[in-house]
Amino acid sequence: MAEYVKSATTGRDWEVVIGLEIHAQLATRTKIFSGSPTAYGAPPNSQANLVDLGYPGVLPVLNAEAVRMAIRFGLATGSTVARRSVFARKNYFYPDLPKGYQISQYEKPVVEHGSIDVLLDDGVIKTIGITRAHLEEDAGKSMHEGLGAFSGIDLNRAGTPLLEIVSEPDMRSAKEAVAYLKKIHTLVRYLEICDGNMQEGSFRCDANVSVRPVGQEKLGTRAELKNINSFRFVEKAIHFEVARQIELLESGGKVVQETRLYDSARDETRSMRSKEEANDYRYFPDPDLLPLVISDAEVEAVRASLPELPDEKAARFCRDHGLSVYDAGVLTSSRELAAYYEAVVVAAGGEPKLCANWVMGEIAGLLNRDNLEITAARVDATALVGLLRRIIDNTVSNKLAKEVLLAMWDEGRSADAVIEAKGLKQITDSGALEAVIRQVIEANPEQVAGYRGGKDKLFGFFVGQAMKASGGKANPGQLNDLLKRLLAG
Amino acid sequence: MSLHTLSIAELASGLQQKQFSATELARHFIARGEAHNGLLNAYITLTPERALADAALADARLARGEGGVLTGIPLAQKDIFCTDGIRTTCASRMLDGFVAPYDATVVERLAAAGTVLLGKTNMDEFAMGSSNETSYYGPVRNPWDTARVPGGSSGGSAAVVAARLAPVATGTDTGGSIRQPAALTGISGIKPTYGRVSRYGMIAFASSLDQAGIMAPSAEDCALLLEVMSGFDPRDSTSVDVPVPAYSKQLTPSVQGLRIGVVREFFEGGLDAANAALVKAALQVYVDQGAVLVDVSCPNMGLSVPTYYVVAPAECSSNLSRFDGVRFGHRCEQPKDLMDLYKRSRGEGFGAEVKRRIMTGTYLLSAGYYDAYYLKAQQVRQLISREFAAAFTQADVLVGPTSPTPAFPLGNQGDDPITMYLNDIYTIGANLAGLPAMSIPCGFLQGLPLGLQLIGPHFTESRLLATAHAYQQATDWHRRVPAAYV
Repeated sequence: MAEYVKSATTGRDWEVVIGLEIHAQLATRTKIFSGSPTAYGAPPNSQANLVDLGYPGVLPVLNAEAVRMAIRFGLATGSTVARRSVFARKNYFYPDLPKGYQISQYEKPVVEHGSIDVLLDDGVIKTIGITRAHLEEDAGKSMHEGLGAFSGIDLNRAGTPLLEIVSEPDMRSAKEAVAYLKKIHTLVRYLEICDGNMQEGSFRCDANVSVRPVGQEKLGTRAELKNINSFRFVEKAIHFEVARQIELLESGGKVVQETRLYDSARDETRSMRSKEEANDYRYFPDPDLLPLVISDAEVEAVRASLPELPDEKAARFCRDHGLSVYDAGVLTSSRELAAYYEAVVVAAGGEPKLCANWVMGEIAGLLNRDNLEITAARVDATALVGLLRRIIDNTVSNKLAKEVLLAMWDEGRSADAVIEAKGLKQITDSGALEAVIRQVIEANPEQVAGYRGGKDKLFGFFVGQAMKASGGKANPGQLNDLLKRLLAG
Repeated sequence: MSLHTLSIAELASGLQQKQFSATELARHFIARGEAHNGLLNAYITLTPERALADAALADARLARGEGGVLTGIPLAQKDIFCTDGIRTTCASRMLDGFVAPYDATVVERLAAAGTVLLGKTNMDEFAMGSSNETSYYGPVRNPWDTARVPGGSSGGSAAVVAARLAPVATGTDTGGSIRQPAALTGISGIKPTYGRVSRYGMIAFASSLDQAGIMAPSAEDCALLLEVMSGFDPRDSTSVDVPVPAYSKQLTPSVQGLRIGVVREFFEGGLDAANAALVKAALQVYVDQGAVLVDVSCPNMGLSVPTYYVVAPAECSSNLSRFDGVRFGHRCEQPKDLMDLYKRSRGEGFGAEVKRRIMTGTYLLSAGYYDAYYLKAQQVRQLISREFAAAFTQADVLVGPTSPTPAFPLGNQGDDPITMYLNDIYTIGANLAGLPAMSIPCGFLQGLPLGLQLIGPHFTESRLLATAHAYQQATDWHRRVPAAYV
C-alpha cells in the first residue's frame, strides 16, 4: 500500500519519489589508481603520493582489488557484471581535485541492472532497483579552518576507491529510503567491501527527491540533496524537502532542478547550484586506462568467495530456527550480530527463540546503553549461554536472569558466580515453597475466604504475595501448582 | 677522428677498449654544447655537472668491466621527460623552474644502462607545434640554416643530434614530433608502436597518441637506444607486455623480397615534385637491393589531420587541467580568489598555441558537441587503422615522404595555425593507428635535408630499423653534418 503525503493546507495527496546515490568507500588497502594507503585520520597529505597529487607525467594504474569488490557487490545484488567497462574523465576545476578531472565510469559502468529486497515496517518486502554501480576515485578535502587567509588541501582521501551505487527512483517515502540505505549498508559490510563508517564519510548518500500529485504518471522535477551523513538525516532531509516542494507547488511555484545542500544543524536544505550553473563535465574515455575487461573466470572466482548474504541467512534462520521474518531481519542486519546469535544457538544446543529474544532484547539493550558494537559485547556468546542454561534448568527465573546478566555485563563474572554470590538461585524445593505459601495463607485469611468463595481473580494476589515472600526466587510454575493445591484446602 | 662523428657502436667500442674515457667523451660534448647552444638554442638546460658525475660512474663501471654497450654514452633528454633533481619545463612558462621529484621510466632505463645526461632539449611548448617556435625559451635554430626552423616538437633534440652536440637524443611523437624534425635536420628518428615505450614520467600532451622514441644519425644508433628504452612498465597501463627484441642484432642489411608499399595518397595533392623525386630515388635504392614496390592505397588518409586536431586538443584540454597554480608550476601574484588564481595562473603560464588547443579541445568535448566531433573522430581513427591494416596485407612496410617541405624560415608560418598543422599531414596517420614509423634522411633540396618515412605494422620496429639500416648501408645522407658543426 503506497504511502502518500497529505498537504496540511489543501488536504491534497502527494506521492513522493526518491532515488538514492550512495557512495561507498571500498575497503581496499591502497588507493584505486595509486599505491598510497587509504587509512583514515592520518596527518594531512601524508598519504598522497605523486599520482594522488596529479604530478606532471604520472599515470593511473587500476587496483584489481577494487574491481573484485565491485564484482562482489554486483553479484550480491543480482546485477549484470559488465565484461567490458570504461573509465572516463569527469572534468572540472577544484583545488581538492588534483588532476582537474575525476576518473569515474560514465557510459559503461562495471555493474548494472540489479535489485535488492527491503523489509518495510509493515512487514511488506519491497524490491528496489539498482540502476548501476560504478567505480571512481574520491576527491581530497579542502580545509578552511585555522589557516588564516588561506585554504588548505588535504589529499589523503584523493584517489580512495568509491563504488557509486545508483538506485532506481523506486522509493516512495523517507522511511523506504532509510530502509534501502540500511540494507545497502548491511550488504556492503557483509561483503566486506566497505566499513560503512558514516561519520568518517566512508558511506554517504545523495537523495534525488521529487513529488507528484497522486495519480500523475509523469515524474516531478527533482532536487538532488547532498551531504547527508546519517540514517536519521536522510529521513529528516527528505521530510524537509518534500514539505518544501509541496508548499512551493501548491503556492503556484515550480520546483527547479538543482543541487541542494542539507544543513543538519538547521534541519533544512539550501540551494547549492541550479542545473544552468551545473558544470559541463566534458566526459570522455580516459586514454590513460584501457577498458576494464573482466573474464567469466574472474566473476566465478569472486562468486565462489561470496559469504552467505543477509537475505540467505535470514531465510535460513526462519526455516531452520523457526524465527519470525522480523526477528531474522533484525539478527541479520549485521554479519557480526548474526554471528553472535548463531554462536549462542550453537553453544546452547538449541532454543533458538530464547536465544534470539535475549540477543535482540537484553544484549541489544546493554550495547545500546553503553554505545558498543556487538563485537565489543561485555558478555560473550559462551557466557550468555551459561545464563540461558540456568533459565532452562529453572535455576533462575527469566526476571531474575536479567538482573544476573546486568551483573555479568558490569562485573565480568559468569552467570553461576553471580547467582551464587547474590543468592538468586531459584527455590525449587517444594518443602521450602510450601512453607512460604502457608505463611501467606495464614496472613491473609479474608482473601483466602474470598478465593474459596469463588473469587478466582484473587489467585494473582497470592502469586504476587508468595513471590514477594520468596524474594522473587520462587520457581513460577512450581509456585502456581502448589498455590492451587494449598488454596483448594 | 672526432669523437662527435662516431656512431654509438664506435663510441661504445672506444669506451670498452679504453681509447677514451666516458669523462673525456662527456667533456667533449659538454664543450660542444656550451660552444653552440647560444646560437642554436637547442638545450633549455645544460647539465655539465650531472654529465660529469654520470661519466665518472660510467668510467668506474667500465674499469670493473661491468659496462654495457650504452655505458658512458652521452645523450640529451627532451625536456618533456621528468628528471629527478633537474628542472623539467616542457618549454612552458608554466613549468619554468619545476623540478620533478622522480625520473621518467625512459630516463630511469637509460640511466640504468649507464648513459650520461648532457642536458634537456628545447621543444615546442608541451609538444604542441611543428617548428619549435612555441617554446617559452625561444625557437631552436636549424643547424643546416640557422634562419630556419628545425621542425617540432622535438626540435631541440633534432638540432643537438644534427649539430653533433650529442650522439643521440630522446624525443616524443604525438603527430610527427620525432619524424618531422628528424627529416628537417637530416637525422634518423623512430616513433615506436604505441605502448612500446612507457609514458610514465613523460608529460602528457595527447595520451592516446603520445609515444616516446629516439633520434640519432643512423638507424643503428636508434636500435641500440630503443632496445633499452622499450618494454612493459607496470606504471603505465597502456604500455604493452610484448618482449623486446634485440633490435641492434636484427639489422640484417638485406631487403631481398621485401614488399614496400608506396602509399598512393602520400604522392597525390600538394606534394612538391622535387620532394617526391627524392622519395622515388630512395625507393630505387631499395629496388636495386631486391625489394619489390607495391602500389597501396589508404583512401581516407586525408582525414588524418582533421581527426588528429579533434583527438589531440580534446585530450590535451583535460591533460593540462592539472596545471592550475595550486600544487606546482606557475602561480600568479596575489590572487584575489580561487577563480582569479586559476585564470591568471593559466593565462600567464600557457602560451598562445597551448591556449588555442585547450580552448579547441574544451569546445569539442562540450555537451552537445562530443558526438559530432570526438566520437566521430574516434570512428575515423578506426577507419584509418583498418585501412593501414588492409595495406599491410599487401606490403611489409609502407613508405612516403616525412614532411611536405624542407625546413621553412623562422617566423614564416607563425600566424597561420592551419598551414603549420599541415606539416604533419604524412606523419599523423601512424599516430592515429598506433603504428611504428621512422624517418631517415634521403637527400637534400636546396641544401636542406629531407626525410623518407617508413611505417610498419604494430611491433615491427625490428623490420623498420633493418629496412632503414639497409638504405643507410647504400647511402651516406645520414653521415652528412652541417659544415659549421663538422
